[in-house]
Amino acid sequence: MLDTGTTLSDVIRLIKERVVKVSEVTQFYLERATRLNPSINAFITVNDAVLDQAQKMDDQLPNQEQWEKQPLWGVPLGIKDMFCTKGLRTTAASRMLAQFVPPYDATVVSRLKQAGALILGKLNQDEFAMGSSTETSYFGQCRNPWHLEYVPGGSSGGSAAAVAASMCPAALGTDTGGSIRQPAHFCGIVGIKPTYGRVSRFGIVAFASSLDQAGPMTKTVEDAARILEVISGLDIKDQTTSSEKVPSWSNNLNPNVRGLRVGVLQEFMDKSSLNIDVARALEEVEAFLRKEGASLVPISLPLVKHGVSVYYLIASSEASSNLARYDGVRYGHRAQFDHFSGVTLERFYSRNRSEGFGAEVKSRIMLGTYCLSAGYYDAYYKKASQVRRLLRDDFLKAFQQCDVILSPVSTTPAFRLGERLHDPLQMYLNDICTVSVNLAGLCGISVPVTLSSQGLPIGVQFIGKPFDEQSLFNCGFALEKAFAFYRRFKNELPRL
Amino acid sequence: MDREIVKKVAHLARLELSESELNAITNKLTLVLQHFEAISQVNTEGVIPLVTPVDIEYRFREDVVEGDISVDEVMQNAPSRQGNLFKVPPVI
Repeated sequence: MLDTGTTLSDVIRLIKERVVKVSEVTQFYLERATRLNPSINAFITVNDAVLDQAQKMDDQLPNQEQWEKQPLWGVPLGIKDMFCTKGLRTTAASRMLAQFVPPYDATVVSRLKQAGALILGKLNQDEFAMGSSTETSYFGQCRNPWHLEYVPGGSSGGSAAAVAASMCPAALGTDTGGSIRQPAHFCGIVGIKPTYGRVSRFGIVAFASSLDQAGPMTKTVEDAARILEVISGLDIKDQTTSSEKVPSWSNNLNPNVRGLRVGVLQEFMDKSSLNIDVARALEEVEAFLRKEGASLVPISLPLVKHGVSVYYLIASSEASSNLARYDGVRYGHRAQFDHFSGVTLERFYSRNRSEGFGAEVKSRIMLGTYCLSAGYYDAYYKKASQVRRLLRDDFLKAFQQCDVILSPVSTTPAFRLGERLHDPLQMYLNDICTVSVNLAGLCGISVPVTLSSQGLPIGVQFIGKPFDEQSLFNCGFALEKAFAFYRRFKNELPRL
Repeated sequence: MDREIVKKVAHLARLELSESELNAITNKLTLVLQHFEAISQVNTEGVIPLVTPVDIEYRFREDVVEGDISVDEVMQNAPSRQGNLFKVPPVI
């Protein structure tokens, strides 16, 4: 009944039809999570209470009316360790928060709970979500279930690996510059970064507040739609959330792309800069879309070549400000002092912070502090924010000629563990295809299509207009029907 | 980027860097900033910086206490405490 091919939608149906009990579902994923974690390291914390919670639900199956209010009833989910979960340790994969137990839930977590979902555990990531490979975690690197010598991507690498390895049926991630879409691409799953303002950031460990968004990571497009419609919408606790209506995306899925205008972003389609398997996958997708009656419109956005620079300048500036709160006074890591006599307050803060943060986080705080400091602000932060506006305006202009934009998610499939750790610029440039979507506040989805010659997953990205997630889901749904990548989880990945 | 600037920035960021960290960060920042420098070529004359991608809808709410968090829950994260007080070095 439950196997590696089971999707979130399958789990919901099986519980509803009383084919499986909630506790059996939880047991299945808990067993896999426990057994596989020593090799994959996708979980930082497993929720010890989840099986008890599941057993209590076994005899309380909701009636039809309640189902509509609790569409995720009995489903155990994995949550990236960036989301505060009441009573359950939330670390952001940092020594700084290694012991932090939040006294409240993030809004998205409380919405998932209200919808009947259970929290299976907290998932590995790059420290404070700063990274593209889940190698900077204080709790050790996470590995790609398709090939254990390769990275799962990042920063939501634990979420992607856990879903791909069926350690949970679906997971939540966060995406500041590609952190949902790139690991989804590396692990062969679906990941959507919603429009900025679609999902509340309340209770999410803040990295770069004008870029951060939360979103689902799942095996299928329908699964992603089902979760996103639960977590989206206005939240009084986050002034940047939008009052835009949240549609029932999962009920409106439509794989018909006839007449759809698909912009093809020339700057990212230069075959010489793309890995050959990624280029081939894109060609197949273009051919498919054409055959199905979509029109492909070449578009050019020259400023995207500056995307990585603008992104790192802005994201690091915001991070340096957001991470200033970690001083080791009320929570967070505190260094051991033999005695306080002679310890200045400044030294106290500096020591706590220096021990609590890892190398990548420190260098981003340094970069951001530099960009915001007197004398450099105009040249870096302000300049980057001006280019950001031009880039956003160019995207909105491009959307007058097309409905969605097709691009790679990353120029390569997953890379080997350690391969880029000592080449920071290469690691940053890796994010070229995803960062602009966050800078412009658009939505983007990564949909798996095929495997590379080395057996590593390859996805493609669709970028949508603000609040047009439906078009992304529809394009993804069309590809899913045609390429059926999700079937590989049943046929090719049970070997774990 | 030179070591003196990096030291000054570390002080602003309240980070205590070892010699090797100082060298590594100086090299890394020099490398990435050289690359990021390219944005200076973009003509941004008169462009208003974009600091957030959406128009924020300002909303007001009643200022009502909805406390469901106990003092104990908050204090359990204190690295060092005395009763319900956070313990820190003498600051005056």
